[in-house]
Amino acid sequence: MGNKRLVQGNEACVEGALKAGARFFAGYPITPSTEIAELMAEKLPLVGGVFMQMEDEIASIATIIGASIAGAKALTATSGPGFSLMQENLGFAAMTEVPLVVVNVTRGGPSTGTPTKASQGDFMQARWGCHGDHPVIVLAPSSVQEVYDLTITAFNMAEKYMVPVVLLYDEVVGHLREGVKLASSQAVIDREMPTVSPSEYLPYATGDGLIPKLAPFGSGYRYHMSGLSHDETGFPTSNPATIEKLLIRLNDKIEKNRKDIIKYKAYDLDDAQVIFLAYGSPVRSALQVQKEARARGEKVGLIQLKTLWPFPHELLADVFAATKADFIIPELSLGQLADEVSKSVPQAKITRVNRNDGALITPAQLEQALKGVL
Amino acid sequence: MNYKQMLRQNKMPHIWCPGCGHGMVLAAFLRALAQKELDPNNVAVISGIGCSSRASGYLDFNTLHTTHGRAIPFATGIKMAKPNLKVIVLTGDGDSTAIGGNHLIHAARRNIDLTVIVFNNNIYGMTSGQYSPLTPHMKLATTAPYGNFDYPFDLVNLAKGAGATFVARGATSQPRHLEKLISQGLDHNGFSLVEVVTQCPTYFGRKNKMGSPVDMLQWQRENTSTSGKEGTIPLGVFVQEERPEYGANYLQLVKTVAEGKSGE
Repeated sequence: MGNKRLVQGNEACVEGALKAGARFFAGYPITPSTEIAELMAEKLPLVGGVFMQMEDEIASIATIIGASIAGAKALTATSGPGFSLMQENLGFAAMTEVPLVVVNVTRGGPSTGTPTKASQGDFMQARWGCHGDHPVIVLAPSSVQEVYDLTITAFNMAEKYMVPVVLLYDEVVGHLREGVKLASSQAVIDREMPTVSPSEYLPYATGDGLIPKLAPFGSGYRYHMSGLSHDETGFPTSNPATIEKLLIRLNDKIEKNRKDIIKYKAYDLDDAQVIFLAYGSPVRSALQVQKEARARGEKVGLIQLKTLWPFPHELLADVFAATKADFIIPELSLGQLADEVSKSVPQAKITRVNRNDGALITPAQLEQALKGVL
Repeated sequence: MNYKQMLRQNKMPHIWCPGCGHGMVLAAFLRALAQKELDPNNVAVISGIGCSSRASGYLDFNTLHTTHGRAIPFATGIKMAKPNLKVIVLTGDGDSTAIGGNHLIHAARRNIDLTVIVFNNNIYGMTSGQYSPLTPHMKLATTAPYGNFDYPFDLVNLAKGAGATFVARGATSQPRHLEKLISQGLDHNGFSLVEVVTQCPTYFGRKNKMGSPVDMLQWQRENTSTSGKEGTIPLGVFVQEERPEYGANYLQLVKTVAEGKSGE
C-alpha cells in the first residue's frame, strides 16, 4: 500500500492534469472548485506552465482555447454558474475541434443555489448546455482515485478526438480526502500533427477518418479557424452539403467511437434482479448497500457510470435484455439521469431515489428503496 | 515586403459594402506590418464577430475568427502559450467595448503584449445598424429611432484609465497618419490600442444623412484634429509609456520560482 497519499478530490484533479501534460490553466474563483485554481497557481510555475486568473469564466475558457490552439494542453475549473457562462465558447471549441478539459465541480442550483453543497443538477447541461448539435465527452469520477485517473483519461480523449471533455463531479467528491496512488499506467496521448507539407495542408480534411490534424499556431502551417460553419480549408461556407457534412462528421467522431469512450464498472450483474445505477457520490452509498444485500443472499447488482456522455444506451439495453432486472437510480437531482435511462430501457421498472437538499443520499435511504423493490 | 502579399487573394472580393472604411483600415495595418519584416508563420491575427472581424480571414497568417467580444482572451491564451508570436486583435466598436468591454480593460490592466485595432464606425454594421457604446449621443440607429439617449465611451480615455501603455486614435481620412500610429502600436512592448475612426456609409451614414462615403471622409477631415483643435475629435498618440510586460513578468516569476527564490 506504499506510495499512497491522503489527498482531496480537487487536488487529485490537479495531479492528474499535470501527469497528463497540462501546462496551462486559466480560471475564475468559484466554490467548490477553487482549490484547483489555487493548486495550479502554486504548481504550474514550477513546471514552466502558465497560470492565469481571469476576469470571468468567459475569458477563462476563451483563454484556454487560445492556449490549446497554440499547442498547449489546457484546462479550466468551475462550478454551475461559471459553467453556464462558458457554454458559448465550449460550443466554439466543439465546432473548431480544439481539445481542452473543463472541470465542473457541481453544486446546488439553479442560480447561485447552494454553493457549498453537492448536487448532480448539471447532468443535462454538461451535454446540452450550448446551442446546436455538438460533440462533447463527459466523464464522472466517484472517488478521489478516480478523479486522478479520469482527469488523465479526459486529456487523452480530448487530444485523441479533438473535442472538449467535461470532467463532472459533485462537491462531495471534490472535497473528499482519501488515500490515493498518484501514479497511472495510462499512456499519455498527444494530438496528431499533420503529415503533409504546409502548401498541401487542409486543416479540416480528415481523409478516411473523422478526426482532423490541427497544427498549432506558429508551427509553420498557416490557416484560418472560425466558429462559422466551414469547409475543409477552415473558411466559412454557406454550401448546404458542406454544412451538413461538417455537422455529421463532428458528431460521428464521438458516436462511432462509443465503445472506446464509454467507461463503466459493473458489480454482480449476471443473476441480478435489482440493479443500482449511479455516478458520482451516490455510487458510494449504493455500493455499500449492494454489498450488504449480496451478503444476505439478495440478487442485487450495481452499474457505476464513468462516462455519462455519450450515454451508454446499448449497455443498459443489453443488461436489461439479459437480466430483466428492476433499476434503482439514486441521484442528487430531480431525475435527469433516470429520465435518460428510461430511453435506454423503456420496459424496465425504475425506482428513483432523489435528493435535492444538498445532503448525501445515505445507505439507509437506499436500503429502504431496495426493500420496496425486492 | 509588399503588403498585398499578406492578403489571401483567393478570398477576395471582401464582404464589406462599397464605401466602407474597413478596407482602408486593413490596408493601413498591412502597410505598417509590412515594414516589420516578420515571418508570417509567427504572426497571429485574432478577431471577434462583426464586420471588422471578418478581416482576419483575408490575411495569410495564423488567423482565428472567434466568438462575439472574446477576441482578446483568445489572443491572450495564444500569446501566453507561444510568447514568440506577434499577436494582433482586429475588432469593432461593439465587439470590443460592449460585449467585450470587460476583456478590453483587463488586458490593458495586465499590459499583455497585444496590439488591438478597434475599427470604430459607431454602429453595429453586421446586424444592420443598431447603436453601439461608441455611437454619439442622439445619433440615429435602427434601435435608436428617436436618437440614441445613451452616452458613448471615450475609448482613448477608457483604455488609458484601464492602464494601457500605448493608446492612439487615427482616422480613415488620414491613412498615412493612421499607418504611422499602427506602426508605433506594433512596435510597442505591452498592451497597445489604436482606435480608428472609420465610416459606415450603409447604416450609420445613411441613417444620419451624412451623404456619400466621400462626404463622410470630408466630415472626418473637418471634425478631427491632430493639433487638439477645440470641438474636434483628437487624433494622435495619447499614451506611450514603458511598464513591465505581463508575459515577460510571468516568465521572470517562473525563473525565480524555479531557482527556489519564491517567498524570500
